[in-house]
Amino acid sequence: MADLNVAAIEKYRNNFLKEVEANVEEGEWVKMCMQCGVCSGSCPLGSAWDHPPQELFMMIRAGKREEVLTSDSMWMCTSCYNCVVRCPRGLPITHIMHGLASYALRLGLAPKNQPTRKFAVLFWENLVKTGRVNELKLGLNLYFMNGFIEGIKTALGMQKIGLGMWKTKRMSPMEFFGGHGCKDAKGLQAILKKAREIEDAKRQKFNS
Amino acid sequence: MADEIKIGAYICKGCGLGERLADAQLATIATRDAKASIAKEHDFLCSAAGVAMIQNDIDNEGINRVAICACSRRAKTDAFAFENVAITRGNLREGVIWVRPDTDEARETTHEMAADYVRMAVVEAKFQKPPSKNADAQYNKNILIVGGGYSGMTAAIEASIAGYPVTIVEKNAHLGGNTAQFYKRVPNHAPYAEPADTGIADMIKTVENDKNITVHVNSRLTKTDGSPGQFSADISTESGSTNTQQFGSIIQASGFTPYDANQLPELGYGKSANVVTQLELEKLAKEAKGSPIKRPSDGKEVTNVVFVQCAGQRSTKEGHLPYCSGHCCLTSIKQAMYFKENNPAVDTNVIYTDLRTPGAGGEDFYRSGQDKGVLFTKGQVNEVIEDGASLKVKFKDLILNEDIEEETDLVVLATGMVANSGVDIEAVVKIDTNDEKEKSPANEIKINVKDISVLNLTYRQGPDLPHLKYGFNDSHFICFPYETRRTGIYTTGPVRRPMDLQQAQEDATGAALKAIQVVENASQGRAAHPRSGDLSFPSFRKEGCTQCKRCTVECPFGAIDEDEKRYPVFNESRCRRCGTCMGACPVRVISFENYSVETVGQQLKIVDVPDEFSEKPRILVLACENDAYPALDMAGMNRYEYSAFVRIIPVRCLGSVNLIWITDALNSGYDGVILMGCQKGENYQCHFVKGSELAHERMGKIDETLKTLSLETERVETHEIAITDIKRVPEIINNMAATIEKIGMSPFKF
Repeated sequence: MADLNVAAIEKYRNNFLKEVEANVEEGEWVKMCMQCGVCSGSCPLGSAWDHPPQELFMMIRAGKREEVLTSDSMWMCTSCYNCVVRCPRGLPITHIMHGLASYALRLGLAPKNQPTRKFAVLFWENLVKTGRVNELKLGLNLYFMNGFIEGIKTALGMQKIGLGMWKTKRMSPMEFFGGHGCKDAKGLQAILKKAREIEDAKRQKFNS
Repeated sequence: MADEIKIGAYICKGCGLGERLADAQLATIATRDAKASIAKEHDFLCSAAGVAMIQNDIDNEGINRVAICACSRRAKTDAFAFENVAITRGNLREGVIWVRPDTDEARETTHEMAADYVRMAVVEAKFQKPPSKNADAQYNKNILIVGGGYSGMTAAIEASIAGYPVTIVEKNAHLGGNTAQFYKRVPNHAPYAEPADTGIADMIKTVENDKNITVHVNSRLTKTDGSPGQFSADISTESGSTNTQQFGSIIQASGFTPYDANQLPELGYGKSANVVTQLELEKLAKEAKGSPIKRPSDGKEVTNVVFVQCAGQRSTKEGHLPYCSGHCCLTSIKQAMYFKENNPAVDTNVIYTDLRTPGAGGEDFYRSGQDKGVLFTKGQVNEVIEDGASLKVKFKDLILNEDIEEETDLVVLATGMVANSGVDIEAVVKIDTNDEKEKSPANEIKINVKDISVLNLTYRQGPDLPHLKYGFNDSHFICFPYETRRTGIYTTGPVRRPMDLQQAQEDATGAALKAIQVVENASQGRAAHPRSGDLSFPSFRKEGCTQCKRCTVECPFGAIDEDEKRYPVFNESRCRRCGTCMGACPVRVISFENYSVETVGQQLKIVDVPDEFSEKPRILVLACENDAYPALDMAGMNRYEYSAFVRIIPVRCLGSVNLIWITDALNSGYDGVILMGCQKGENYQCHFVKGSELAHERMGKIDETLKTLSLETERVETHEIAITDIKRVPEIINNMAATIEKIGMSPFKF
């Protein structure tokens, strides 16, 4: 996959668009964008994006592979689905944004210190272990995401809320040790493994 | 019909008229003041009994002029359609009781208003003649079609199916026009996904096998004479033989010429063989016959192609076309598919500033193009340069806001359509009227070289149809499609406005129907659009004519020619009955049987003008019957009140307003005059194209007349009224009433 990163992409050719179609979830929709800009105008976080969705789609068509995949923009999506509802062409924009993010992560091109990216990785790893999200561990992981001292500080600050939740049986400190899971965590992991195999095979087909 | 004028005045008491105008003694006024032979009142005039009463008077009492004083002339026209008599209407309902309050104070002025309208209706009837049909009318159902392209052949086939013999004159050796050069067309049916066969070969076969259609190829019209129902055309072949034939109507489907791409050197045209126009690409695709399209310079298979939209069009640059040709976006999508069809790996980039895909399937076709992998880039192409064997396209990506340089094998320019509309007769007139000194040879050469007449009309106003805009032949793109300013000659297809095949097909069908309609109307001596069915016609008193040529120059429809002594020659079938000639005539010798300087002039003179100290001014409104008069009627229907001092006379068009009416009104003591016509100028709404504009021009000089009478210039106003100005018309009237209150009464009262 590494050689893909340096593959010469000609401008305004279909190469990168085809790569996106093959590798990104719902990527085959990118070519259907008609550049009306309704998505960009509808995004509640639009001002925080370097490149709004419409622009990202044009960049893909223009062959700006590096710029798109290393971009912070698609990580800003909060899945409000405003754009999907409004897109006159019916593009699943939210899904494409997550698809792009996920593909960039897999290629190792996603921006390293992007908070959404960090959270997404923590969440996923937390989830697949038992098939249930362990809220206590996820919370603690988040506290310590940016280092030990900041983690202690945040934890102390949240002390009262934590005790309150314990008292009202919203959260058990016992979850720290293993915690509860779904009925067949091994089965779930097998499913995910198989899904990954299928996806990889698909990509292999495109890349070969 | 008896020669003696016998006027019957009929006053309706229905719709509340009876109660509101009970003591107005309208019948007495009709006979005593206006000299009607008889005057009758009826409780319900438009009922069967009321109509029978009038018919009985016509049949047994010798009544030959009927003045119906009831509702507006726009209402109950079916009930009051008496034959062989002149009919006038006094508008007591919409014009009087509905615009006046039902109060004791208002009663007197309301009654005066009603009395005046009765007088006006009766006196108008007195000066009218029942119109008789054109004695010169002829029936010729042959239709001449100029141009044997897609539009011309569609019109021919449609007219032939309807039972009208058609003759096609085509300047080239083959039928089919530009369409015959196409490889495929944009699809015209669902699912609008793939380029389709043009169908032109079948169409040519249909035309050639149709016994009702005669085709002259290699031919041109060298002379066109006459009027609807009796056109005479000289059809000359290239070899020089000429044959003259008679036709009922003419359809001009002379199509378009592609914009000359040599004017676009910045886009590489003419410099590199690999920069082609859309039409040239069709040729390349046709030659390839489904195999890969090769670039012209070296025959290499094209692997990369860039389409440049709006090349030399939608641009304000000199020499560029300012308009959108409408078909080019869809055409480029179609042509990109030619490449994708053969090899989906070919890169096709359509660079556009605004993508427009008109028509029912346009959006589907666009999506189909995207689905096939055609790349669409919103950008502005600045330059195409030759770079070795390939080309470099320099453009600005308008989404990413970046200057880009793309390498490509082939560039296709989407150049626009230029109408084959013949000589710009208005430009010729301009040069003709300029001083001899200003007559530069350059101007003349430009016209002589560029414009070859299509129709070669013998009309006084020039050999071709007047252009509307950008050289397209039409009179109003939206309101009167196909209607040109030459009655009985219709344009269709891209000569009328830019369009694609789908639109041309609909357009040509419509034009065929128009051509049939005018043949039938002309045969009965009736007017064509917009006064369809009107039998009246202008005549002139030759002994009074000063040969000033104003009528022949100003007629918006070129209906009036000149004889060798420069007297006007009216061509009745060409006339649309607007009366612009009547308004133009400085010696007032032109009149219609039922509409003349007298019918209006006598109406405004019979109005009772109270003296200066009565505090009852009089305001004359001359309202165009097309938009302003309906707006006034609707103001009445909405019960919007306006001044009781106003007297409204409908006119056929503001262009028919003769200045004598204004001076007569001012001399008879009217305090104000308002002219209401349609919108003029570039986005005109005048139903007779130039009428309102001419009226405004003529009224531009009224200030001088007012000054010589030492009257205030505020006393005469001209307004442009749309049919929707229902609230505005009462305001205009009331404002004039307020103005008069301020500046005082006219001193010309007797």
